[in-house]
Amino acid sequence: MSKHFTSIAAAVAIAASSIMSTGVALADGMTQYVPLFVYRTGPYASSGSLWFAGERDYFTYINEVEGGVNGVKFAIEEFETEYNPDRAVEAYERSKGGKDGSPTAFIMTHSTPATYALMDRAREDKIPLFDPAGGPSESKNGLVFPYVFPLLLTFYGQGSVAVNFIAEEFGGFENLKGKKIVTVYHDSGYGRASQPVMTKLAEKYGFIDVQIPVAHPGSEQTAIWRQVRAEKPDYVVLRTWGVMTPVGIKTAKRFGIDTTRMLGDVWAGSRADMIPAGDAAIGYNAIAPYPGGSDFDVHAKLKEHVIDKGLSNLENSDADFGAVFYNVGVVNAALAVEGMRIAMEKFGNRPLTGEEMLWGLENMTIDAARLEELGMTGLLQELKVTPQDHEGGGAARVQEWTGNGWNLVSDWIAVDDSVVDPLIEAKAAEYAAEQGITPRVVD
Amino acid sequence: MILFVETLIGGLLAGTMYSLVAIGFVLIFKASGVFNYSQGALLLFSALALVTFLEMGLSFWPAVLVTMVVMVILSIIIERVVLRPLANRNVMTLFMATLGLTYVIEGAAQGLMGSEVRLLDIGLEDNALFWGDILISEFDLIVACGAAVLVIALAIFFSKTRIGISLRAVADDAAAAQSIGININRIWQIVWAVAAVVGLISGMVWGARQGVAFSLSLVVLKALPVLIIGGFTSIMGAIVGGLLIGAGEALAETYLGPLVGGGITPWFAYVLALAFLFIRPVGLFGEYKVERV
Amino acid sequence: MNSVGAKPTPDLNAIGQAGSGRGTQSWAFLALLAALVLVPLITTEYVTQVVVLPVLVLGLAGLGLNILTGYAGQISLGSGGFMAVGAYAAYVLAIHGGITFFPLTLLLAGVIAGLVGWVFGLPSIRIKGFYVMVTSLAAQFFFEWLFLKFPWFYNYGDVPTISLPPMGLFGLDINGSYVIKYYFTLAFVVALTWMASNLIKSHVGRNWMAIRDMDTAAGVIGIDSKKYKALAFTISAFYLGIAGALWGFIFLGTTSVGSFQIDRSFQILFIIIIGGMSSIRGNYIGAAFIFLLPLVIDYFAKTFIGDTVSPGVLSNFQKFLFGALIIIFLIKEPDGIDKLLRQLMGRVRRWGRKRA
Repeated sequence: MSKHFTSIAAAVAIAASSIMSTGVALADGMTQYVPLFVYRTGPYASSGSLWFAGERDYFTYINEVEGGVNGVKFAIEEFETEYNPDRAVEAYERSKGGKDGSPTAFIMTHSTPATYALMDRAREDKIPLFDPAGGPSESKNGLVFPYVFPLLLTFYGQGSVAVNFIAEEFGGFENLKGKKIVTVYHDSGYGRASQPVMTKLAEKYGFIDVQIPVAHPGSEQTAIWRQVRAEKPDYVVLRTWGVMTPVGIKTAKRFGIDTTRMLGDVWAGSRADMIPAGDAAIGYNAIAPYPGGSDFDVHAKLKEHVIDKGLSNLENSDADFGAVFYNVGVVNAALAVEGMRIAMEKFGNRPLTGEEMLWGLENMTIDAARLEELGMTGLLQELKVTPQDHEGGGAARVQEWTGNGWNLVSDWIAVDDSVVDPLIEAKAAEYAAEQGITPRVVD
Repeated sequence: MILFVETLIGGLLAGTMYSLVAIGFVLIFKASGVFNYSQGALLLFSALALVTFLEMGLSFWPAVLVTMVVMVILSIIIERVVLRPLANRNVMTLFMATLGLTYVIEGAAQGLMGSEVRLLDIGLEDNALFWGDILISEFDLIVACGAAVLVIALAIFFSKTRIGISLRAVADDAAAAQSIGININRIWQIVWAVAAVVGLISGMVWGARQGVAFSLSLVVLKALPVLIIGGFTSIMGAIVGGLLIGAGEALAETYLGPLVGGGITPWFAYVLALAFLFIRPVGLFGEYKVERV
Repeated sequence: MNSVGAKPTPDLNAIGQAGSGRGTQSWAFLALLAALVLVPLITTEYVTQVVVLPVLVLGLAGLGLNILTGYAGQISLGSGGFMAVGAYAAYVLAIHGGITFFPLTLLLAGVIAGLVGWVFGLPSIRIKGFYVMVTSLAAQFFFEWLFLKFPWFYNYGDVPTISLPPMGLFGLDINGSYVIKYYFTLAFVVALTWMASNLIKSHVGRNWMAIRDMDTAAGVIGIDSKKYKALAFTISAFYLGIAGALWGFIFLGTTSVGSFQIDRSFQILFIIIIGGMSSIRGNYIGAAFIFLLPLVIDYFAKTFIGDTVSPGVLSNFQKFLFGALIIIFLIKEPDGIDKLLRQLMGRVRRWGRKRA
């Protein structure tokens, strides 16, 4: 019997017994437990670590400067998932019951696959899932998907914003007729998610919609871009993810495709996507429900109270403060805080349950004045979330890469709801029928 | 026709990038019979180390040199701590150990040097060159030439130097080599070190193309079919295998892809490899009794 | 290089030991079974549904791979792929085939996976050892592509994730309570394990081991090695397929190809190596070890290191530690935990005899 085995076995036994006895100890009752499902290791760590830093910095700011939300401070616990939905399920079950007397009011999944994996459980357990600019598009319909929040902009919406921007570039929708828009996409659910909208819009405006898949991870794309070149596109949309984006941009440039006539979607438009592409990326555009940049008012507050005090979660705050993914985190955390604040008006200043948080989120309105107070004018769009509409906003700006930063080149471009909503309704109805769900009735 | 030739040449050139990764596998497998899954992690580690040294202010060549030293030390540690205690275990156990090693190296690399994507500039531009109407990637072309130089250097190392000759003796018959006084552990260390340096070179090339971040570790999956085609014991095989996979993938994506909805590269390479396996179960250049560099 | 699962000496002494200690063993088995039955009653929802249940399912998958690798000597890195076949087959049967009686869906899904396994096992007749592993990798990547590529497999959804419609189980909804899920899984796993154990004791199992230990010689003494290899691939895939469907729909609820990628294949392989090759209960022990180890590491890291290092370092440290523990384990305990337990039980028994 080796000593090693004995000690490992003993460790397993001790830890297993302590995990099993996660009793809920009552604390002072004024902290809100927030589980964060993170991926700080593995292929997606490069974007993830900035995202989580943004969230944690904002929560730190609320805790340290504002003394919490109406006195309720955040207690954050991270669960490493390596972007693996299976591990998210385990983390969800471990954290759904809350901790130290605080219930779990909401869960940030940080991953569309994780949102899918948790959807049914969250409905059962009544815990809202936060997945801004991600999640199933049809979950915008809060009557069928009460506990999923694809806030700001759904995947369908992203397709619509892209076409609206391209139309602007061509000088109006009438000029889209006969144009060819090639979408190069990550061959996965994420990559394909905007296709139904593109098909519809192509019918409506008469442009030609060509879709070309790239297999994950996409580190060699010569054959792909030869195909793209053969199509002679008028505009190229990148719906890529990870190394696929910089390699795609570089290869596109080699094939003589004008990178200023390329538009990346939300998840193909961060610093990490541009840096490896070098000069090839200059002039590349990306859709941004969360623009990059550190000149927004909220950044001044974060700089003063978090970064300069050494409280930041960023590893390299010189380079990454204000990066797109950092701002994603700041905005997500701010949305959670706003939801809590609204819920507290009804339920009192104490840690909230998932159901109470649901009410808060579904009654959340963030207008221009409120944006100004938050210091997020230009960073966050105006939102009005209702039980019927879990997206709330449905707009994005477009930013252009200058070689070392992002330059905002448009104001908020709204989704064409007349095209997108029917698609979402149809999908939601289909899902409800398949899963035997009766849509809820809200008065 | 132009499309065909251009696709073919592009594919062949891209294939040499796969060959580079495969060579690292071949070296280790030939000398010690270990199927080293951690080659991809080593590649990531070396590229990250290089970038980190560059960020610390070293200029390019000194940084490369320092990284090489780090990789050699790492190889010696791996041999001592992981391989030596596992000597004479079956192939599967050794393979699993290198999987464990992959987690260790990846964890260490990202934990110590950060997980952000970094730019690695090795002075090569990915421009288009034209040969008649045929478009060729300058980057791929230079890399292919570099790979050729590397292969020649390795060939000289293994056939002309004392160490290289001892290594071939070990590969042929470890027991006999040991009996004439060759220190096998020593040879393993050297081979792992050479493989790590090859890993550094592939890390530089792939890192320059896609940025230095975790995904470099996944390049390993591209090298496996190359090995099946070329055999696990021949550097020449790794080169030819890489060329075949590169060309096959490019042609398939262009001509077959549109028929089945595209995105077929991840498994096409394996199917191609499988076809070769049926024809020659030890790979094109593998011999039933290990030989040849 | 032919037979990787082979040990220097065939596992004869294990069989002998099992015989001598049969009394103790069946008692131990019954006690374990009783404990498993009690799990939902005496522990929390978390332990039942997220600790014990997945361990049972992964153990079943390990059993599937062990039949192929541990008993028949063919290495495979395609376990994840065959699990995916099982999961998608179950979904397609339910959605397109209208078969919503869950036990039947599950068995048919297993049969489909088995047939697919048979097809992908065909190359093993010509190819040996190490290269069989490569064939299995081809299978792995092919399935990952297949189930993503053709929307029929996910009922033409925008996103290729699948979750079963309400499924029947004698009037109960299988998606209902976790207690039903748990007992359903337990019953299935116990029945399938019992079947496998009988199969391995039969002439089929003996022929597999003969092929594993000496392929050519097995042919000389009249074993049809082609037939038995094909059978091993088929049965292995049958088990993996059922495990895949259970993993996808009972443990996860909603699943996609992402749950069955190459990492899953590695995980199953770790399970059988750590648990013990050519051992039935080794699969479940290995599954418990591999599934719980990250949770244990996470617990200790949070408790003892906690906020002293940045979360990024902590995450990566956990990964580092997992890899290092695997290596240490392979070095120190080459034959897996099952062998250790056997030695331990032998010692207890001798000790008992001395006292008596």
